[in-house]
Amino acid sequence: MGDPPLTIADKVFTSRLIVGTGKYSSSSVMVQAHEASGAEMVTVAVRRVNLTDRHAESMLDFIDTDKYSILPNTAGCYSADEAVRTAHLARELGLSNWVKLEVIGDERTLFPDNHALLDATRRLVKEGFVVLPYTSDDPVVCQKLEGAGAAAIMPLGAPIGSGLGIQNANNLRIIRQFAKVPVIVDAGVGTASDATIAMEIGADGVLMNSAIAGAQDPVAMATAMRLAVEAGRLAYTSGRIPRRMYAAASSPIAGVIGR
Amino acid sequence: MQIRLNGNLHQISEPIAVSALLERLDIDGRRVAVEHNNLVLKKAQHDSAIVGDGDEVEIVNFVGGG
Repeated sequence: MGDPPLTIADKVFTSRLIVGTGKYSSSSVMVQAHEASGAEMVTVAVRRVNLTDRHAESMLDFIDTDKYSILPNTAGCYSADEAVRTAHLARELGLSNWVKLEVIGDERTLFPDNHALLDATRRLVKEGFVVLPYTSDDPVVCQKLEGAGAAAIMPLGAPIGSGLGIQNANNLRIIRQFAKVPVIVDAGVGTASDATIAMEIGADGVLMNSAIAGAQDPVAMATAMRLAVEAGRLAYTSGRIPRRMYAAASSPIAGVIGR
Repeated sequence: MQIRLNGNLHQISEPIAVSALLERLDIDGRRVAVEHNNLVLKKAQHDSAIVGDGDEVEIVNFVGGG
């Protein structure tokens, strides 16, 4: 029973882990962590070029674009217009017409503004973008995003960078059941078991940045995350035993001596 | 005359092509994306797009992000 690989739009991925490029202490640590994670797609942000330090290195100096697909995000955008504008700039950078679409609604929680997100998704899909919206763990919103043409749905596990792990497993389960496109749990992972839980629920993949980049040993944590995602996926496809209230002996009942 | 470049006021002596502006800023045009008055330019437009007084220019690239 082979597990078909993760396929988003027309792209096939062997790895179900997508990783970020932010918050690393150095580029070389990032490169090693990416390698250890086994990820095949990395997220990047779009920002103004530093005009006072014109020789500042570009993120792309450190990412082998033959090896990694680039998933530009629209982080920091608070309206559909800003997000669409950022997506256009990202596409013009020439590596990808994919976008991790973020439209933030609140700066303390970084929760999405789902109304604006839906609007931006519709507009960008119409223009031919492959849109992966970062969304609330709300099954109704996720269905609407899929209806708008999203190539994958990316519900949050917990607030971005919080490391709180999967807060509403049942919602994610429902989202997975409803969706016909891949579901990528994006944000909130703190440690390996969080990623495993997401995968055991049936998520098609997990996207994370802080949990790896912020770990004391990012490269080792990237390895842990690779294994965690693989373990969770295998457990999901293996079909776990049902939960039950009482014990069920593993050893034979018959033949116990002295009875 | 002055333009708004990446959010800051920037002086230019005369209208200037985007490609020339990038060169003056020591920026490799192949590695950035440019927005001129809210319109994203194709790289092929860098020579023909002329930046004049009061224009807004945004020059961006990829940075680390999640």
